[in-house]
Amino acid sequence: MTLLRAENVFARHGLLPAVRDVSFGIAEGEVLALIGANGAGKTTLLRTLAGAHPLAGGRIVYDESDLAGVRADQRVRRGIAYVPEGRRLFPELTVEENLLVAGRRARPGPWNLTTVLAAFPALGPLRDRLASRLSGGQQQATAIARALMTNPRLLLIDEVSLGLSPKAVEEVYACMTVLRDSGATVVLVEQDLGRALSTSDRVVCLLEGRIVLDAKTDGLSREEVVTAYFGFHQARRS
Amino acid sequence: MTWVNAIVQGILLGGLYALFACGLSLMFGVMRIINLAHGDIAVLGAFLVWSLTTRTGIGPFWALIPALPVMLVLGYLLHRTVLARSLRGGPLTPLLTTFGLAIVIQNALLQAYNPDVRSLGGAAGGIATGSWRITDQLSLSYLGVLILATAVLVLGGLQVMLRRTAFGREMRATAQDADTATLVGVPASSVYARATAIAVATATLAGVFLAVRSIFDASSGPTQLIFAFEAVVIGGLGSLWGTLWGGMVLGVAQTIGATIDPQYSILAGHLVFLIVLASPHGRSLVALRREGRAA
Repeated sequence: MTLLRAENVFARHGLLPAVRDVSFGIAEGEVLALIGANGAGKTTLLRTLAGAHPLAGGRIVYDESDLAGVRADQRVRRGIAYVPEGRRLFPELTVEENLLVAGRRARPGPWNLTTVLAAFPALGPLRDRLASRLSGGQQQATAIARALMTNPRLLLIDEVSLGLSPKAVEEVYACMTVLRDSGATVVLVEQDLGRALSTSDRVVCLLEGRIVLDAKTDGLSREEVVTAYFGFHQARRS
Repeated sequence: MTWVNAIVQGILLGGLYALFACGLSLMFGVMRIINLAHGDIAVLGAFLVWSLTTRTGIGPFWALIPALPVMLVLGYLLHRTVLARSLRGGPLTPLLTTFGLAIVIQNALLQAYNPDVRSLGGAAGGIATGSWRITDQLSLSYLGVLILATAVLVLGGLQVMLRRTAFGREMRATAQDADTATLVGVPASSVYARATAIAVATATLAGVFLAVRSIFDASSGPTQLIFAFEAVVIGGLGSLWGTLWGGMVLGVAQTIGATIDPQYSILAGHLVFLIVLASPHGRSLVALRREGRAA
């Protein structure tokens, strides 16, 4: 079943088009990697899906209902959670408070403070620490855990490993395993192509705001991805 | 002993200033709005209580029971209808909006009540004039102690609410990063509206205490705004306990100034405010304001 469908989506920064005529769907339980060079429109597309950026054209259908006019906080309560680029934790709240803020208006579901801390055991000893005092990896784990507190059906994760040390990236991808095992539907923006391909079921590559590759990762060669990523020629598979 | 009395009376007066300032501080801390209509909203609340008192014959503190919910709703609607829109227009728009709102409130009160000065002191009974006599030169007025106790309770209650309740966590999260709060399901606009409602209710409380303690008219608001603003700046922008401290420093400065010479009372408060503003503490507050963060 298709959980979310983007149909001819356009998004702009002022007059500058950032996302152009983008259409794709994501099935329930699927992990989709959204890749592309800097400025390709990945973050804008993700923010548009989350309701944090205005839709300039097209429509977004989630769970068979159009999301036009649905605010970002209402989308969260419908099950769309967003882990923003740069983590964006509340710096003067503790780890536990960051989680509880997200959990207060959560949909009913399996995730609560106890189950989230059980799934992310590294956060247990840090629960009373201010978010501003966490390492990059700890912050990213907290950001993913915070999104889980909303009991999402669809998780949008932006630049999951950006600015993290290799060890921290390992820690964060351990969190991704938790997400996969929970059956979550995930759209993942990742600059590390190797990671993106090994973690996801499908990959969508953006170039200058347009989709140039949409393919299952099974059997997809690295060369095909690199070709689409750098725009040597357009490729589209499904 | 005269100086001791001046300090004690200043601390009691500081309770009133802190009560005026806490709503201003809350709105700045959560929304980065400097509400220039805050003093006039307090006076509006005082007029509402005055109307209830004169029409029903009940005391002003009993009249607060219906007045506070009315002002809470008014504050909520004020944000939903006016401030939410002005916030979308950038940081200067709310400043201009609340300045305009202050003028509207003053003129509406003039139209409705005429320019006569009024007081709720008579309707409050013995509490407005009674005092505990400690020594020949030192006494504690019932009202001063009540105002200070109320200020401590209100500020303490707000602090507990912010630190210990789910709504308080949402408010702190929204104050730190409203966009991200929205992205974890917090309806930031609703949080803002409720913060405005609380600020308007505390302003009403302060306005009524002012009206019981002395006199008020339709144009009393701006003076109270200045004192509240000074207390907020002395105590630290957005800091609730700092607001209590700031109110007391301002009150003590004014009473000590008045002890030296009655005409120095207000001037002494302004001087302390200017000294704080010129100090490294004041400069750090200005820097925080530029960064868009509260202390």
